[in-house]
Amino acid sequence: MAKNTHDVIVIGAGHNGLTAASYMAKAGLDVVVLEKNEWIGGAAVSRELYPGWKYSNCSYVCSLLRPEIMRDLELYKYGLQIIPYEGSATMMRNGDYYAHYHDHDMTINSIRRHSHKDAEAYERYSRDVLRQCKIIKPLLKMTPPDLTSFKPKDLFGALEFAKHFAAKDELGGLGEKEIYDTIRFYTMSIRDYLDEYFESDITKAHLAGSAIIGTALGPCSPGSAYVLLHHYMGEVDGSVGAWGYSRGGMGSITKAMTGCLNAHGGEVKPDNEVVNVITKNGRAIGVATKKGDEYYAKKIVSNLDVKRTFLKITEESSLPGEFVERVKNFKIRGSSGKLNIALDGLPEFPCIPEGDPGGGGDMHFTETIEEMEGAYDDWKRGEWSRNPYVDMCIPSKSDPTMAAPGKHYMSVFIQYVPFNLANGGWNEERKQEFGRHIVDCIAEFSPNFKDLINHYEVRTPLELDNEVGLTEGNIFQGELTMDQLMFNRPVPGYAQYRTPLKNMYMCSSSTHPGGGVMGAPGANAAREVLIDMNIPQKGNYY
Amino acid sequence: MNRDLRFTALKKTPFHSRTSLASRTNKYYNWNGFTVPTEYSTTELEYTAARNGTSVMDLTPMCKYMINGSDANKFVDYLVTRDLSQMEDNTVAYIIWCNEDGKVMDDGTIFKFSNTKFMLCCAVKIYNWLHDSAEGFDVSFEDATDTTAALAIQGPTSCSTLKNYGADDLELLKPFGMKQYNINGYDVLISRTGFTGDLGYELWTDPANAENMWDSIMEAGKELKIRPFGMHALEMTRIEAGFIQTNTDFMAAEDSLRPVRMRSPYEIGMGWLVHLNKESYFVGKRALKKEKETGNSERCLVGLDIDGDKPAVGSVIYNEKKEDIGIVTAAMWSPTMKRNVALASLKRPYGIKIKENIFAEIYHPEELEYKKIWAKCKVVKRQFFSPERRNKVPADLYE
Repeated sequence: MAKNTHDVIVIGAGHNGLTAASYMAKAGLDVVVLEKNEWIGGAAVSRELYPGWKYSNCSYVCSLLRPEIMRDLELYKYGLQIIPYEGSATMMRNGDYYAHYHDHDMTINSIRRHSHKDAEAYERYSRDVLRQCKIIKPLLKMTPPDLTSFKPKDLFGALEFAKHFAAKDELGGLGEKEIYDTIRFYTMSIRDYLDEYFESDITKAHLAGSAIIGTALGPCSPGSAYVLLHHYMGEVDGSVGAWGYSRGGMGSITKAMTGCLNAHGGEVKPDNEVVNVITKNGRAIGVATKKGDEYYAKKIVSNLDVKRTFLKITEESSLPGEFVERVKNFKIRGSSGKLNIALDGLPEFPCIPEGDPGGGGDMHFTETIEEMEGAYDDWKRGEWSRNPYVDMCIPSKSDPTMAAPGKHYMSVFIQYVPFNLANGGWNEERKQEFGRHIVDCIAEFSPNFKDLINHYEVRTPLELDNEVGLTEGNIFQGELTMDQLMFNRPVPGYAQYRTPLKNMYMCSSSTHPGGGVMGAPGANAAREVLIDMNIPQKGNYY
Repeated sequence: MNRDLRFTALKKTPFHSRTSLASRTNKYYNWNGFTVPTEYSTTELEYTAARNGTSVMDLTPMCKYMINGSDANKFVDYLVTRDLSQMEDNTVAYIIWCNEDGKVMDDGTIFKFSNTKFMLCCAVKIYNWLHDSAEGFDVSFEDATDTTAALAIQGPTSCSTLKNYGADDLELLKPFGMKQYNINGYDVLISRTGFTGDLGYELWTDPANAENMWDSIMEAGKELKIRPFGMHALEMTRIEAGFIQTNTDFMAAEDSLRPVRMRSPYEIGMGWLVHLNKESYFVGKRALKKEKETGNSERCLVGLDIDGDKPAVGSVIYNEKKEDIGIVTAAMWSPTMKRNVALASLKRPYGIKIKENIFAEIYHPEELEYKKIWAKCKVVKRQFFSPERRNKVPADLYE
């Protein structure tokens, strides 16, 4: 049995674990990251499962990763390049399509084909959403204040939080009306929200997609509007709400982070699954791995979701009962699946005219919000959606490193897919049946699609749980609903990245500001660790 | 409509039929008397092509001069500050040249075919200056600007694109090397040069070949993320690469109305191109030698890494006492590095001896009001971005 001592142990080499580790290593700490898989990256990976094709196996597009983090960790030096999307489109069964473009006015022209009124409403809608994005942006980097505490830090924090909602100058003059709007936005369903702006089904269906991706809410569920905001608050170089590909797949992000970590003396140890947090007198002092090694450190930071951290690798007896109860009640429901497809050529989608940049990014075929809600109804019954909402894209159209010239990689994200499949649960046969069903759905819109398939990987919430370690396969490591956001994330009283165990911290997407390949939880957690160790923090993020 | 053809507003390049067809935005500008696109679709995507795939830019408006004659070698060495006496045939060199006062007239690239044949490429017209300087040399000049069509093919997949086009073994060409090809029945000179700081090439050919070359290259790069690329995107890549632009980062000596605006090579970060130990005399040598010896250069051109994400376009630079110490000449948010960078002309010792506690006053427009930002700057290497692939031999191929 080997014994190892470090300043900090990070459990899990996902993007947040690596972000936290890199910031701490940059601050001079000796950091080791223990990863259960043989590969690095958690849900931001690029793996070659079929020779010649790279897949972004889990997460597939990038927008939320904070630019300050990319800058501080100098990720470009270690190979990270973000490629902006050209546009997006929803295909229609009547052969028509709806498209969104990089250029605002082209989008307006496109919407106008479906509704003149909607085209102009879109100006108002995008202004209102952008305003909400501006309000939320500074909050992402903040450690949520504890509203029940009278510590100066929390009082100031609460004030700071409130300031961003209320202060006129900071936000360019937000008034009472906008604050009401914020609260409405955080609690409404996306259907109700969009109904206030738009009349055409296709416009609403296209825009509503962002509100259901990754969540176990339907478009009619209260709180789904926030999920849309969560997907919009990112940016690609100042273009708020824009999305892009990570060159070389999402694994390039975690690879670059590992590069930064290594350059500052840190290390990732793959194939080292942590099975137990070692505690002594209410303090976390180390971890034990499946291989039987023990690692000791001054600080332990878990990048596993809150359920895995406290219900699987920490002794329940070392934690307060109420805390454990809260963790058990944390909503983390899997609702998504994925297909990664190696294609021998570019599939044709006759709905989208050749050369239209709308076909350059995400493509969909859900035409109404009702269809979307119907897809959700199937999930509630424990079935995969018969008529699913898909977010499919062909990164190799923009990225020359995913497949050989002329060959293509297609990523298909599917909503909704249950973790607990009705009538006996998931098995290999049903997984393949699900995969075939999705292929059939896509083939309805692409006559040559099936002929081009060389190989595909099917991912259900079960794989995301077993392989990646996302409980129930929830991609956000916990639902993004008001009851578990900000100072309530992951559980009230523990929103500041600290845990009931002294010297143990959380940095996963289960913490504020939540999921998506954002890095903010990791950077925020690193800041708290550094504060507790009295180490000054440097960089653009802090 | 019949136009009187004696009046021509702006010239069209031999690629115009193709560039205008590729333009989705119809945005053009006047470059050296030619009308060429500033932007084809969106600058962000065009910029991305140069860092991710292949970007194609019509370079024809660049000034191009053929220098021929038995003294061509000697003349070129006399004209420029750099020692070119050891320059090999079929290579290219980056150069600057000065007037007798040692003030920079322009920068450019010189292509050496042999001791008796060169091509000079630059931004500012120099035909007259060449003649004025040529007294006593057996050389002749030909302005090849209108008679040579040129394309820049830049980006990580550019070598593969050009191989598909017919440039065999191009991956073996070294940076600043050049090679003559015959492709589709036309002579095409390919040099491994460019203004993006990335892997890239420039192609020089007969205007009669322009349309064929454009079409063939677009076809060759179809699966390699090829995209035409306008001036705005070029500006972004050249700032990241730390390349200077005449009359943007410094005033060309011949164009400066105010003599105090003229700059010596030492004042624009080009001291490395001045070879005072070159045996023969070169234009400006006396003045430059004196400047070097007395160390009385007044300015410097440096790279700045600026806090925040608002580009410091046109910002005045201050010291901590709020004294004006210089100006930003070019600024941008770098999409690749996620850094806020700028080139700035500073009054020495700022930028040379004093590199900290420098601030940019940024006026960020916000819906008809300016937000004044006082941003901390750090003096850094001007070459912000220089990926490994830029100088790799053999060049990266995508197959």
